[in-house]
Amino acid sequence: MQAGRTVTRAVAVPMARDWRGLLLISPTLVYALTMLAAPLALLIIMSLWTQDVIEIRRTISLDNYRQVFTEPLYRVLMARSLLIAGVVTLVTVLLAYPIAYFVAFYGGKRRGMWLLLITIPFWTSYLVRIFLWKVILGYNGVLNSGLLGLGLIDQPLTFILYNANAVVITLAHAWAPFAILPLYVSLSRIDHSLLEAARDLGDGPVRRFLRITLPLSMPGLIAAVLIVFIPTVGDYVTPRLLGGTDGLMIANMIEVQFGKANNAPLGAALATSAMLIVASVALLFLWLNQRSLRRVG
Amino acid sequence: MDQSQRAPGGLIFYALVYLLFLYAPILLLPLFAFNDSAVIALPLSGFTLRWFDVLWDTTALHAALYNSLIIAATTSVLSTCLGILAARAAARYPIPGKRGIVGFIMVPLVLPEVIVGISLLVVLIQLGMSLSLWTVIMGHVLVCTPFSVAILGAAFNNMDASLEEASMDLGESALGTFRRIILPLAAPGILASMLVAFTISFDEFIIAFFLTGTDATLPVYIWSQLRFPARLPGMMALGFLMVLMSFALLLTAEYLRRRSSRLISGDEAEGASLFFDAASGMR
Repeated sequence: MQAGRTVTRAVAVPMARDWRGLLLISPTLVYALTMLAAPLALLIIMSLWTQDVIEIRRTISLDNYRQVFTEPLYRVLMARSLLIAGVVTLVTVLLAYPIAYFVAFYGGKRRGMWLLLITIPFWTSYLVRIFLWKVILGYNGVLNSGLLGLGLIDQPLTFILYNANAVVITLAHAWAPFAILPLYVSLSRIDHSLLEAARDLGDGPVRRFLRITLPLSMPGLIAAVLIVFIPTVGDYVTPRLLGGTDGLMIANMIEVQFGKANNAPLGAALATSAMLIVASVALLFLWLNQRSLRRVG
Repeated sequence: MDQSQRAPGGLIFYALVYLLFLYAPILLLPLFAFNDSAVIALPLSGFTLRWFDVLWDTTALHAALYNSLIIAATTSVLSTCLGILAARAAARYPIPGKRGIVGFIMVPLVLPEVIVGISLLVVLIQLGMSLSLWTVIMGHVLVCTPFSVAILGAAFNNMDASLEEASMDLGESALGTFRRIILPLAAPGILASMLVAFTISFDEFIIAFFLTGTDATLPVYIWSQLRFPARLPGMMALGFLMVLMSFALLLTAEYLRRRSSRLISGDEAEGASLFFDAASGMR
């Protein structure tokens, strides 16, 4: 990890005033500062402005935020985004864990091939992939045709398209590798002699898993949860294509404010609020985790 | 590591079912791309190549493809250059606040792309700049750089420092050493980073959606077509071609990455995939 390396280097190279590294990294850092930090700062400032009919009034007010937190429509969208992202995270991580476990413990020489197989679909034609879920889940879709053909159902299933369920299924698919990889990284680092020792001391498979594998894979689990949860709260394409009206999320509303509704400051306030809420949920999650780990430790 | 145990049958079965789930949409793509019906549904009606002819005759699509190729090529070069600088600096030199700096550069990996898109849009509007291919490139470089840093970081971290020291001891300058030792050793990693950045940029929709002006990129064009049922079979054919292209690019990138880890550390098994590098880079 980065931190460990920094420490050893700092000890090995006692030149405290070595600016070469900072010089070398500065173009990348400056790019990130001008293209990310500055725009985010402006976004936050803009969220405090207000939109008049034609132009933006640049006086500071919390008016937009009052709207964001009091108008039922925005509250519903925000709560739904968090709920959908939460369910997606839970489903994705639960489904991903056994795969990561399988590849890390039994992948052998084929680990590379497995990881490649798992990740390759996710770099390709994102929009078409999302759209195909509509084809799979639709009224006359692949799934319904298949189930009807097999005689497992006699009416097409309707609860799986144009609602939050469709969004959850599609997002759980789209984010799978982002959950598998961090889990794989931490599972593959587990020292197998610990498991052998536990077996020798008479622990069964369930106890071994709960007392050794699961705790040692916690860093990967936490990373997986955050890597899936944070971006899915702000997903735009999936709710738009598969969500119907009951499955729309906050990013769709942000886009509407910047586009049709022509109220960029309100859009900025929605985006800023979403970021703040997601950040606090993530921090709360990390804090709870650390507390529970300390209690176990 | 102990590899003597065999996986339980249930776990293998689960893994195969899971792979089927992962590949389900992509497996359907060729079915509908070659299906002789204007409706995207089962049962299939027969084989046809006419949807590919439709693509060939659609000029708006060609313009979008051209824009996307320019954007992706430029993005891959720029983000790889930024990636080389950051990864090399982080692997080789002490930097005050390194963790924070590298962490900040990696932030676009987890930030929703909508946020990246609108915050850049706000700046461009305030500066009165017009939207163009360059504004899309600005956004794409931002989101591709973390992947470049992760892939190149793995390449630079595994590099044997003694080669470099030998070169310096033999009187080569720092720049000469970089050019004659480090760059050749990192070349496969650099190419891999370029291919991955190209693939991401070529396929990226949200940022392009906010930051394109009148020149649509390929995904933005696809988005505009998904509303028209008559255009869908053509989009299936297009999606199929895009999948083939991405597979070719990514398999090449993976091959290069393996070559690079063999070249650098003599160990092919070290690391496991491009994405492994990316995932390790996130922490």
